[in-house]
Amino acid sequence: MDASPILSARGLNKGFPGTKALTDIDFDLRPGEVHALLGENGAGKSTLVKCLTGAMRRDSGTILLHGQPISPASTLEAQALGIGTVYQEVNLLANLTVAENLTLGRQPRRFGLVDRRAMKAEAEAMLAGYGLAINVNRDLGSYSVAVQQIVAIARAVALSGKVLILDEPTASLDAREVELLFGVVERLRAKGLGIIFISHFLDQVFRISDRLTVLRNGRLIATTEAAEVDRHRLIAMMLGRDLAAQEAAHAPAQLNDAPGMLSFRGCGRRGAVEPFDLEVRQGEVIGMAGLLGSGRTESAELLFGLSPRDTGEARDGDRPLSLASPREAIAAGFGFAPEDRKTDGIIADLSVRENIVLALQARRGWAKPIPRAEQTRLATDYIRQLDIRTPGPEKPVGLLSGGNQQKVILARWLAMNPRFLILDEPTRGIDVGAHAEILRLIRRLVAEGMSLLVISSELEELVAVSDRMIVLRDRRHVAELAGGGLTADRIVDAIAAGDAA
Amino acid sequence: MNPRLLPLLATTMIFLLAYAICILQFPSMLSTRVVGNLLTDNAYLGIAAIGMTVVILSGGIDLSVGSVIAFAGVFIAVMLRDTALPPLLVLALLLALTTGFGAAMGGLIHLLAMPPFIVTLAGMFLARGLAYVLSIDSVPIDDPFFKSLQGAYWLMPGKGRLHLIAGIMLASVLVGALVAHRTRFGANVMALGGGEATARLMGVPIARTTVLIYAFSGFMAGLAGIVFAIYTSAGYPLATVGVELNAIAAVVIGGTLLSGGSGYVVGTLIGVLTMGLIQTYIVFDGSLSSWWTKIVIGGLLFLFILLQKALLRLGPR
Repeated sequence: MDASPILSARGLNKGFPGTKALTDIDFDLRPGEVHALLGENGAGKSTLVKCLTGAMRRDSGTILLHGQPISPASTLEAQALGIGTVYQEVNLLANLTVAENLTLGRQPRRFGLVDRRAMKAEAEAMLAGYGLAINVNRDLGSYSVAVQQIVAIARAVALSGKVLILDEPTASLDAREVELLFGVVERLRAKGLGIIFISHFLDQVFRISDRLTVLRNGRLIATTEAAEVDRHRLIAMMLGRDLAAQEAAHAPAQLNDAPGMLSFRGCGRRGAVEPFDLEVRQGEVIGMAGLLGSGRTESAELLFGLSPRDTGEARDGDRPLSLASPREAIAAGFGFAPEDRKTDGIIADLSVRENIVLALQARRGWAKPIPRAEQTRLATDYIRQLDIRTPGPEKPVGLLSGGNQQKVILARWLAMNPRFLILDEPTRGIDVGAHAEILRLIRRLVAEGMSLLVISSELEELVAVSDRMIVLRDRRHVAELAGGGLTADRIVDAIAAGDAA
Repeated sequence: MNPRLLPLLATTMIFLLAYAICILQFPSMLSTRVVGNLLTDNAYLGIAAIGMTVVILSGGIDLSVGSVIAFAGVFIAVMLRDTALPPLLVLALLLALTTGFGAAMGGLIHLLAMPPFIVTLAGMFLARGLAYVLSIDSVPIDDPFFKSLQGAYWLMPGKGRLHLIAGIMLASVLVGALVAHRTRFGANVMALGGGEATARLMGVPIARTTVLIYAFSGFMAGLAGIVFAIYTSAGYPLATVGVELNAIAAVVIGGTLLSGGSGYVVGTLIGVLTMGLIQTYIVFDGSLSSWWTKIVIGGLLFLFILLQKALLRLGPR
């Protein structure tokens, strides 16, 4: 079935200040296929889709639709050309009826007024063949997310009709609803549409896809028939484990036999992460590995009190810890550098100095300001120690590169002198040189007696830096690897194991 | 039943209940005279509130309404006094002016991506100031054509008088309802109120719709100004201070969601009538201070805010 592609991209490039989001991507979509797009957060999936749908301008490269070069400037233009997109959430308006949503902008009219009866008939005609028996005159918001998704697909197909892009359409659906949706997708595939399917649920990817493309760090890793790749290899491609190469890169970490400092027993939160046990010893790095959505960030937020646990207990030596809020966690000597530094970490308009003293000041209370001279001393200290590349401590953080922003956040927590520091994706979106520096810094902190929990999608780097590794799958802590057993291969095995069923 | 209809139903029930209580206490309130006066006395507010309904349905707000009504009154009075222009031409000129004024505010809101609150607040001061520029004092209108408009009424069964301006208000409700609920423009307004980002994704022409929304509100405010001028036979720059807030109250009591996207124009009429009914009751009672109107309206607003919160929580299962 090697039909000529409906949609193809050649040599696509897209950069953001400080990072390269897409590098020379080639991509083909054939008619009548479901093509899965895979990769971890920040791999470039959504950037690629946005370039294809006109939501973003590419820097260079060509996009061909039926062999004709196109350059959509907006999603509307892409839609008119035949490329429709259905997102996870914001597609349609819950406050309008199903019929109004389906016909918005093209309502049938009589004497200048909207003809409600004709609108209802048209909406029902658009939904015919989707297996939905719903009253189109009810508010869209009164139906389940699955029904809303299918209505969104019906609208996208009716308006565009050549290429359908489904961006995480199943994220909030249950198993039965996913089947309903896949029934629709299969029918559209049979009609010859090209469908791009983005999901991080591998089961679903294997269930529905004909081919798949894996991206990592903005680069094309592979495009292959879905039947020709197994779960293990796919995960390895996504996480960047070159199976053949290196094993010796990592000197087996010596087992840390320092006494336990913090211990968590049966800590969990309904809907976020299953109860888990965790022992934190002084001066060790615990790695946390797993796919996107496996519960890594949720575990970290639970430990830091951002979304407090609803089961289990935490102890500091023999003292119980409450950890019901970040405030309590900070008081107990915890620190947390979150995954998305743009929204959760740095305050872009404040200076490097202000960002660094932020948490320290918060702990002292705003009534007792840190003297300006002391602030400047702290800031210049960390700028030197961490080698933050900035013209000076008064530069707004937003103007620094990603890696340097990350270091500023690190500095903020180091200024607190924490015992236990949680780093969620500390190397996301920063260049290779800064990677190595951050990793070196982690080792130095540990040597000084600090304990760290590091979450990363970069398996290699995680293995290199960790003493122990917790592996997560489906919101459960499924394995703990240490010493000689701590290899990237074993981690991929542990992640893939349960999925194989 | 569609949960969207619930607030409208609640509004109607409250109005009927309040009216029933009034009749129990003062049986003479059940007459077309009272109904006629209720419609006439609140005609200008009703018309302004219809424009406001469309604005609020889109998720916006228009604070300039009261000032525009005052400006309209002064403009008409001064033009009729100082120029020889025929009255109908003056009215047409005024409507063009206020519609353009609204359109300009809509354009600014869209172009500068500014909150409607700020832009229309500026419009409020501007229109009030312009009214003062035209005249500092109250200007009487003694144009014979205007007098005849004021005297025009239809005698309802039961000797109640449906004045021309009440008729204009009822016609405005009809037109407003058609515009909001039966045109593509109305659907776009609702879409905007449901979420601007999503509306844009779905191809709603945001710029055009925003300009049209505020132009419509400006037109309605101008029309309300004409009706107010007919009602009072004068133009006074200090008139109708705070009427925009009464209009917003009427819209909310009428069951429209203040955050936009859900509501009915007919509900606004009932909201206006409910507010008028409270005033009528106080007039009938004779011993109550008229400030009780404000207190009851405050209570009603609070009730409707609670109702909307409850519906929002109930809505998405």
